[in-house]
Amino acid sequence: MITLKNIYKIYENGDTTTYASNNVSINIEKGEFVAIVGQSGSGKSTIMNIIGCLDVPTSGTYLLNNVDVSTMDDNELAEIRNKMLGFIFQQYNLIPKLNVMENVELPLLYAGLKPEERHERAMESIKRVGLLGKEKNHPSQLSGGQQQRVSIARALAGNPSVILADEPTGALDSRTGREVLEFLQKLNSEGNTIVLITHDNSIAKSANRIIRLHDGKVVYDGPSDVAEATVQAHVSFDEDPLLNSKEGGNET
Amino acid sequence: MSIWQCFIMAFKSLSTSKMRSLLTMLGIIIGVGAVIVIMALGNGMTVYMNDSFAAMGTTNISVNISGRGSSRTVDVDDMYEFYDENSDLFNYISPTVSAMAQVRGEDNEIYTPSIMGVSEQYLDIKDYDLSSGENIRYLDIAQNKKVCVVGAFYDHTVYSGNAVGQNIKINGENYLIIGAVEEQDDKTDENSIDNFIYVPYSTAARYLARNTTISSYTLVVNSDENVSQGIKTIKNRLYETFNSDDYYNVSSLTEILDIMNEMMDTMILILAAIAAISLVVGGIGIMNIMLVSVTERTREIGIRKALGAKGKHIRTQFVVEAATTSALGGIIGILTGIGLSTAVSKLLQAAMEVDITAIPTATSIFVSFGISVAIGIIFGYLPANKAAKLNPIEALRHD
Ligand SMILES: Nc1ncnc2c1ncn2[C@@H]1O[C@H](COP(=O)(O)OP(=O)(O)O)[C@@H](O)[C@H]1O
Ligand SMILES: [Mg+2]
Repeated sequence: MITLKNIYKIYENGDTTTYASNNVSINIEKGEFVAIVGQSGSGKSTIMNIIGCLDVPTSGTYLLNNVDVSTMDDNELAEIRNKMLGFIFQQYNLIPKLNVMENVELPLLYAGLKPEERHERAMESIKRVGLLGKEKNHPSQLSGGQQQRVSIARALAGNPSVILADEPTGALDSRTGREVLEFLQKLNSEGNTIVLITHDNSIAKSANRIIRLHDGKVVYDGPSDVAEATVQAHVSFDEDPLLNSKEGGNET
Repeated sequence: MSIWQCFIMAFKSLSTSKMRSLLTMLGIIIGVGAVIVIMALGNGMTVYMNDSFAAMGTTNISVNISGRGSSRTVDVDDMYEFYDENSDLFNYISPTVSAMAQVRGEDNEIYTPSIMGVSEQYLDIKDYDLSSGENIRYLDIAQNKKVCVVGAFYDHTVYSGNAVGQNIKINGENYLIIGAVEEQDDKTDENSIDNFIYVPYSTAARYLARNTTISSYTLVVNSDENVSQGIKTIKNRLYETFNSDDYYNVSSLTEILDIMNEMMDTMILILAAIAAISLVVGGIGIMNIMLVSVTERTREIGIRKALGAKGKHIRTQFVVEAATTSALGGIIGILTGIGLSTAVSKLLQAAMEVDITAIPTATSIFVSFGISVAIGIIFGYLPANKAAKLNPIEALRHD
């Protein structure tokens, strides 16, 4: 489903060169629940932007559903985002002046669906996240957890291949955060592919598989229920033979 | 996504900040309103001018023979001969001798009317009817009789309704009033057009005018289309005699009216163009607010792009929003313009007693609406394009 091969994202700023992604190769199959973890600055957002088709790599190939998206132009990427990806953001990113219904309808609007079909699918999505009856409310009239559920409904509305969640619990209290994670697990059990991005190991544990980044490199890629998965990256992994061997690994 | 969707979105966006939208539209409202009022007033004035001229007779041609310095001349007999030869073109002719004289009526008051020496056809030329008495006759002219036809002012006011048959003193000499003309002005006072006296042109030339030779004529062609043909024929006749066009002047109200209409149109156009500058200023205002709006809504743009909006979607959204703003401004401007036109008409009628009705023209309404929409599109394009080109990652990070 998602195949990243030797992805580099290099930022050149004067005479400093930053390898935001440094030879990242990841393979994610349909139906997986993967957490990408790492400290701040480790390159999570960079890889998430690439997977989310918001950005293109400096080099390397990215196949999404066997389509090479690494060389697409802005309009083609917009279409891929619209058809194949669902985003859940930390800040919910709902449009304040639109009501719940209109927010959820947005991706369907850009997909060119007819109003009745749009309405029907948005309604279904709102029902799935348990917000039936709130369609006419504006985001400011909802709690944080409800707003995040609206953004989940919006991500689901387009029936995407992959749901990308960037720190979805970051702005929520722990109880509501847990609910959101449970909901993501439920979605995963229903067959949705989910990529969760977080700096928090305890949150990453709700996924089945963890990919740990450090300085733009993959330093662990494997199941979430083994000890190494939650090792804090205090040491330089370049000098750790055990973890180093995992670099670029995508044997799943 | 349809344009209709964009409209709904634009209206929503405009209605969330009504005050700001209204201020943004102000330039367009003023510009369109001013254009409508100017065009309406100009139109009203043109109509008024044309009506006034029509009342004065657009088929009339004035001939003025100066003949000074030339040994040849064209006299009254020559002109009548010419008139008879061209009866297929002309309906009426009258020599006109204007005179200044003091008049004393039976009330012993002194008046200074417009005194004209005319032929028996002059009442037809003016399209006046007699309320009592008779017209000047050919015999009166041939014999230089001291008779006159008076305006309603003399009949009604000076002679209290029985002027005919009485004498009136013009320059101290008695003239018999043989006819009175129906009133032409509701007021019929000394300053109205009813204060006139017509005498036979021969009498006027002999006793009342400073210059005894008759040199002015009014001829009337039989239709509006024949005015220029009539002028040409008269000019040819006079050129035959004088071999130069320095000795006479032939003109018509139609000619003057054409020139005035042309001047009027030019003036309206210039004024409208000045008013239209306000539209450009309004356009710049819209561009300015749209640029602010794009910056304020960077995050929204980022969200939309992340959800699959292409550059063209964002561009259309902002262009439609700008066009909707200016179109709304245009509509408000048109309504304001129509309202103001009506108010100005009322004011002119009340304050200056002139019957000018400022009528907003359909053309000015459609054109100014079209221009306001076009301005929105043109000035909205730059901000819209800026929005369309935003990088989604950076836009999402914006707050
Ligand atoms: N637009 C950019 N220009 C320059 N450097 C960048 C840019 N975006 C990210 N980086 C750098 O790339 C590295 C990875 O950043 P990021 O992917 O945001 O990490 P994370 O999301 O894990 O905190 C950081 O060192 C960051 O400074
Ligand atoms: Mg980040």
